[in-house]
Amino acid sequence: MKKLLSIALVAMMALSALAGCAAPVATDTSASDASAADAAQPAASGETIKVGILGPHTGDYAVYGLAVKNGAQLYIDQVNAAGGINGKQIETIVYDNKGDSTEAITAFTRMVDEGITALIGDVLSGNTIAVVGEANPINMPMITASATAVGATYNADTDTVYTNVFRSCFIDPFQGEKMAQYAAEKLGAKTAAVLTMTGDDYSVGLADAFKAKCAEVGINVVADEGYSKGDVDFKAQLTNILATAPDVIFCPNYYQDDGMIVTQARELGLTSTFLGGDGWAGVSAYASAADLEGSYFCSAYAPGSTDAVKKFEADYTAAYGADTLNMFAATAYDAAQILVAALTKAEASGAATGSDEYKQAVIDAIKTEGPSVVGITSETGYTFDEHNNPIKSAVIMTLTDGVETFKEMY
Amino acid sequence: MKQTYKKIPMPVRYVINTLLFVAFLIVGLSLIQSGVITKYYTKVLMLIGINIILTVSLNIATGYLGQLPLGHAGFMAVGAYTAAIFMTRSGLDASVSFPIGLVLGALMAGLVGVLIGIPALRLKGDYLAIITLGFGEIIRVVLLNIDSVLGFKLTYGAASLKGIPKETNFLNTFLCVGIACLLIHTMMKSRHGRAILSVRENEIAAESCGINLTYYKVLGFAASAVFAGLAGALYAGYLGILNPSSFGFMKSIEILVMVVLGGMGSMVGSVLSATVLTAVPELLRAFSEYRMILYSLLLITVMIFKPSGLMGQYDFSLSRMLEHVFNQKPAREKTNHKAGEKNG
Repeated sequence: MKKLLSIALVAMMALSALAGCAAPVATDTSASDASAADAAQPAASGETIKVGILGPHTGDYAVYGLAVKNGAQLYIDQVNAAGGINGKQIETIVYDNKGDSTEAITAFTRMVDEGITALIGDVLSGNTIAVVGEANPINMPMITASATAVGATYNADTDTVYTNVFRSCFIDPFQGEKMAQYAAEKLGAKTAAVLTMTGDDYSVGLADAFKAKCAEVGINVVADEGYSKGDVDFKAQLTNILATAPDVIFCPNYYQDDGMIVTQARELGLTSTFLGGDGWAGVSAYASAADLEGSYFCSAYAPGSTDAVKKFEADYTAAYGADTLNMFAATAYDAAQILVAALTKAEASGAATGSDEYKQAVIDAIKTEGPSVVGITSETGYTFDEHNNPIKSAVIMTLTDGVETFKEMY
Repeated sequence: MKQTYKKIPMPVRYVINTLLFVAFLIVGLSLIQSGVITKYYTKVLMLIGINIILTVSLNIATGYLGQLPLGHAGFMAVGAYTAAIFMTRSGLDASVSFPIGLVLGALMAGLVGVLIGIPALRLKGDYLAIITLGFGEIIRVVLLNIDSVLGFKLTYGAASLKGIPKETNFLNTFLCVGIACLLIHTMMKSRHGRAILSVRENEIAAESCGINLTYYKVLGFAASAVFAGLAGALYAGYLGILNPSSFGFMKSIEILVMVVLGGMGSMVGSVLSATVLTAVPELLRAFSEYRMILYSLLLITVMIFKPSGLMGQYDFSLSRMLEHVFNQKPAREKTNHKAGEKNG
């Protein structure tokens, strides 16, 4: 009996594997969320322009991935509702990569097989660099809304720019520099401590830039502590920092860790001001309002600052709820805007959708059309520098009564 | 018994298997060439190949040697980084440096396997699991932080080792899978393989028969590491970017799950489960968020209904199957020959 069952099981699994091989592409064309996305699309007739959206929609970094997915989808739905581009609807192909580079590559390759003409993503820097390795040889236009590592668009070792990759967020060193400058000029800090996750490119990237800038602006870095990914007890490092009593603590990590660090620091009686990078967005759910009070972090997005932003927030909340409404939803919305502007230009060029000339036209158009795109995170448009990074100012956010509020543009 | 059981002579067995291997290779290559297997499925096939090598290699230590190491991802990392550093630094053309990188990766992982195996294999059971887990993590942490100790960029730590030539393709993955399976198979059929099996069955009995326990344990452990290194080197060429975080504890567990699901001590089980467990999450992509639940359900179901794994300790042999068919025709009444199956 048991044997029979197990044989049946094995057979089923083997069959399912074979079935998948036999009919690969025909089964589904849009794996996107059926909920809001499809309802908004009028019956697409004829040709569509396929755009991939790739990111971690499950797992540790799902908050970022879902924000990017929803933000980009929101704008694309709006464009589709208004008639699409050149009479064509934009079809999104959405895949999850769990934050794993291996899956990112397979998912991206699948998208290419399914005929995408451009990609919004990937979300995490490491995954994005892995995907760029695949996308660059086939010249696939890519706009990432959240990969802040320099290496996503530029290879420093060989001094080559990945011409097909753009981003709508800013880069790691930029944030570290801004926060050091801000600490010196606005907060009058003389001493600083740094607490970084040693196993993380993002965290180390921000910290290095911060330390370099500190030396320039006359801040003395009195403590430089590190922890490993997955640590939940930071008391040892914080005790060392406490001994040096710095004016500010630069803590450029992701929000869960930041929340725990701030809570434990306050428990130890550390009163220094906390500074962070854009990874802090969402931190208010991970520490008490009293502990977070007066911390600053830099961001690309100022909630509720202008009418355009307010409209975006209202639309986003109506479609997806407020849970994932964060900076990357805004930068993804902008990334989609840039991409749609570029696709419109490329459509006008007359090249066949998805052909090599078409992709090149999209890439060229991102550069030429970017400056005229009035984004919600960059009102001055998206002008790209020689490494395809946008030139825009940072938003300084502060925490008051447990709410992440806009402080100033800096 | 009146009639002797007809056996297929040894060289013929190898010829059959070689022909089958080549046939598979040609079919696979032509399907890829003609575009029936798309790029995406080629990528999935390559991943399956890499995971097969990882699983059969861990199967040596877990299934054949009967130990429970939890640091397999560490050896994979050693192989991956050795190959990647060689390929990016050697200045040779990628088509030349990749095969050398594969060999170097495998050898370096084997060396680390010996170094770790000698102290670690003095322990048994849970203790061995913990110490190998520790060594696996040490390898990962060393790769992460070695640059600041050395003072120059070697592994690039958290910033990831980038720009590795993407030389892994269907052909070389398939060849590596073939070579790995063949070498492991022949090793296990040899005197050394039987010695390793005897260590698993009963250490005291094996030792009293004059088998050098330490030697054979380290041999099995090192062989396991060598092929993990090979898989790691292929992985480096597949991904093009290496980050120590890919080789964490969970990766070791993932490989162990494949071995246990396939049946410890069964090579065909390892191959089957590596294939299924790599393909399932990809095939379930259409179900987006639910795919991880389905994956877990599949694992649980198999473990409930087949606790010894899909194949138990059974090993598939085409020649044995053919023999069975040949011998059944004239002598129907002979039913006592069961192909050494002893599953639970």
